[in-house]
Amino acid sequence: MSATALPIPTGKRRVATDEPGWVRWVLIGLALAFLALFLFIPLILVFYEALKKGVDVYVAAITEPDAVAAIELTLTAAAIAVPLNLIFGVAAAWAIAKFEFRGKSLLITLIDLPFSVSPVVAGLIYVLIFGLQGWLGPWLAENDIKIIFAIPGIVLATIFVTVPFIARELIPLMQAQGTEEEEAAVVLGANGWQIFFRVTLPNIKWGLLYGVILCNARAMGEFGAVSVVSGHIRGSTNTLPLHVEILYNEYNFAAAFAVASLLALLALVTLALKAFVESRNKQQTENANEHRST
Amino acid sequence: MKLKPWLTTGLLIGGLLTGGSASADRTLLNVSYDPTRELYQEFNAAFVKHWETKTGEKVAIKQSHGGSGKQARSVIDGLDADVVTLALANDINEIAEKAKLIPGDWQKRLPHNGTPYTSTIVLLVRKGNPKNIKDWNDLARPGISVITPNPKTSGGARWNYLAAWEYGKRSYGNDAKAKEFVARIYRNVPVLDSGARGSTTTFVERGIGDVFISWENEAFLAIKELGVGKFEIVAPSISILAEPPVTVIDKVIDRKGTRDVAEAYLTYLYSEQGQEIAARNFYRPTDSKVAAKYADRFPAIKLFKIDDTFGGWKNAHKLHFADGGTFDQIYQQ
Repeated sequence: MSATALPIPTGKRRVATDEPGWVRWVLIGLALAFLALFLFIPLILVFYEALKKGVDVYVAAITEPDAVAAIELTLTAAAIAVPLNLIFGVAAAWAIAKFEFRGKSLLITLIDLPFSVSPVVAGLIYVLIFGLQGWLGPWLAENDIKIIFAIPGIVLATIFVTVPFIARELIPLMQAQGTEEEEAAVVLGANGWQIFFRVTLPNIKWGLLYGVILCNARAMGEFGAVSVVSGHIRGSTNTLPLHVEILYNEYNFAAAFAVASLLALLALVTLALKAFVESRNKQQTENANEHRST
Repeated sequence: MKLKPWLTTGLLIGGLLTGGSASADRTLLNVSYDPTRELYQEFNAAFVKHWETKTGEKVAIKQSHGGSGKQARSVIDGLDADVVTLALANDINEIAEKAKLIPGDWQKRLPHNGTPYTSTIVLLVRKGNPKNIKDWNDLARPGISVITPNPKTSGGARWNYLAAWEYGKRSYGNDAKAKEFVARIYRNVPVLDSGARGSTTTFVERGIGDVFISWENEAFLAIKELGVGKFEIVAPSISILAEPPVTVIDKVIDRKGTRDVAEAYLTYLYSEQGQEIAARNFYRPTDSKVAAKYADRFPAIKLFKIDDTFGGWKNAHKLHFADGGTFDQIYQQ
C-alpha cells in the first residue's frame, strides 16, 4: 500500500525526540499544568458553582421562561446559520480546491476575514447597514422589516462569525484529494450533481462533519457580534451567552453558572464528537494522500 | 444524498421555533439603564396586574438594560422601545435630536420634568471604612483606588463626574481648579466599566478598589444583595440630585398601536403604588406623601440640581462629555 521506501540515510541523524528525558518531561509537565490551570479547573468550577445551591436551583434556572427563550433563540440561530454555512462552505471549498479561476486568492482571503475581524466590529457593520440611521434603515422601517435588535440580525451576526469554519476545514482536504476521481467520473459520463453526490461528498464527509461541529459550537457560543445587534431584550433577543451575562449582572450567580454549564456541556459534547470525527477524518486524509502518491 | 433530509429538518426546526415564540397580546418594551433591573421587575408585575383589572387586557412587558448612553444609541439605531427610562435627560435628548423619534419638549409631558423618582450619588466603602473616606476630597488623595464607570457610556458615571466637579468648584473656587480636582480623582481609577452594574460587580464581587462612587439606589442594593455588613455607605457633604427621566417613544408606540398602555405605564410610575415600589427599591420618591413615609431610609445630603449649577444637561454635556470636553481633556493628559 505504502509509497516506495525512502533510502535510510547513514550516519548520525538528529531527530526531534532524542532530547534528554527530563526536557521532555518538563515540557509535558508544563503543558499539562497550563491546561489544568486555564482549562480544566475553570470548567470544573462552572459546574461546581452551578450546582452549589442544589439541583433545584439549577433546574429552576434553566427552565425559567427567559432561559428557555434564550435556549430556543440560540438553537434557532444555529439551525439557520450552520446549514447556510454548510452550503456556502462546501461550494467555496469545491470551487477553490477543484478549479482554477481569477480572484481565487481574494476569495480565500475573504473567507478568512471573520477570523481576523473583531466580532464587535462585525456587529457594528450590521448596525451601520440595517440600523435606523444606517444605509438601509429608513427603507426597512418604512416596510416594517426588522433586522437588527431582532432575530434576523442575530442570525446574520452568527453567520458572519462562523463563515470560515466549514470552508477552512474542507479546502486542505479537497486539495489533498485532487481531481482525479472527479475526472474519472466525467469520463464515465456522470453529470455535475452525480459527481458531487457520488464522488466528492463521500470523500469529504468526515471533514465536513468536523467543520459542522466546530461551526455549530461557535454559532451557539458567540457573544461579541450578537451582543451588538441583540438589543438585550429578555425573553426575545437574548441568546444563551448573553443570558449568562445578564444573570451574572443581576447578582444571580448560581443561575448564571447553571446556564453557563449548558454552554460548557455543549463544549464537552463538541469535544467528544470532534475527537471521534477527527480520527475518521485523519484516515480519510491519509487515504487521500496514499491515493495520490500511488 | 444523505445530507438532504438532515438539512430540511434543521430548517424546519428553525422555522418552528421562530414561529412558536410569537404571541398575540400586546407587548411593551421598556429600554432602561443598568441599576433599574430590580425596580422594574417589581414594578412591571404590579402594572400588569393593574392594567388587567382596569381593562381586562393582559399586557406583557419586556426589559432591556445596559449603560444609559448605549441604550439610547440602540433606540436611535432602531431598537423598538415603547418607553425609555434612562439615567439622564441628555440621553433622551439624543433620541429626540438624532432620530427624531420624540418631540424636543418631551420633558414637559410628565410631572417633575418627566422624572418619577430621583436618586443621588454616594460613596460606598468597605466595612469599617479602612481608608477613612468621608467626602469627595478623600477620593483625590494619592493611594486611594476609586471605582466609577465610564462617563462616555454610563449615565451614572456622568452624575458622579458632575457631583465631584461641583464639590471641587465650591471647595477650590473656580472651574479650572475643579477640573484639576476631578483629574486627580480619575488618576485614582484603575477600571472604567461601561455601565454602573459592571462597576458594582468590580467593586463588590471582584474586590477591586477602596471606594465606589455609586448611585444611592445601587449602593443600597449592593449591600442588600451581596454584602450586609461588608460595606458602608458614606454620605458626602454635598451631592447632585440625580433625575433619571422617562418618556414614551412616539414614533414606536404610534406604529405599534400601544400609546394608551405605554402612557398608562409611565403614569403608573407616579401613582402611590408606583412610588412605593420605587422607594422600596431605594429610589427617592417624588410624591411628597410617599417620600415622607420613607424619609428615614435615605441619608440627609445637601443636594444641588443640574439645572441650577450646570445650566441643564445640554450645557453640561457639551462642556464635559462631548468629544473634546473636559473628560477627554483629563484623559488625554
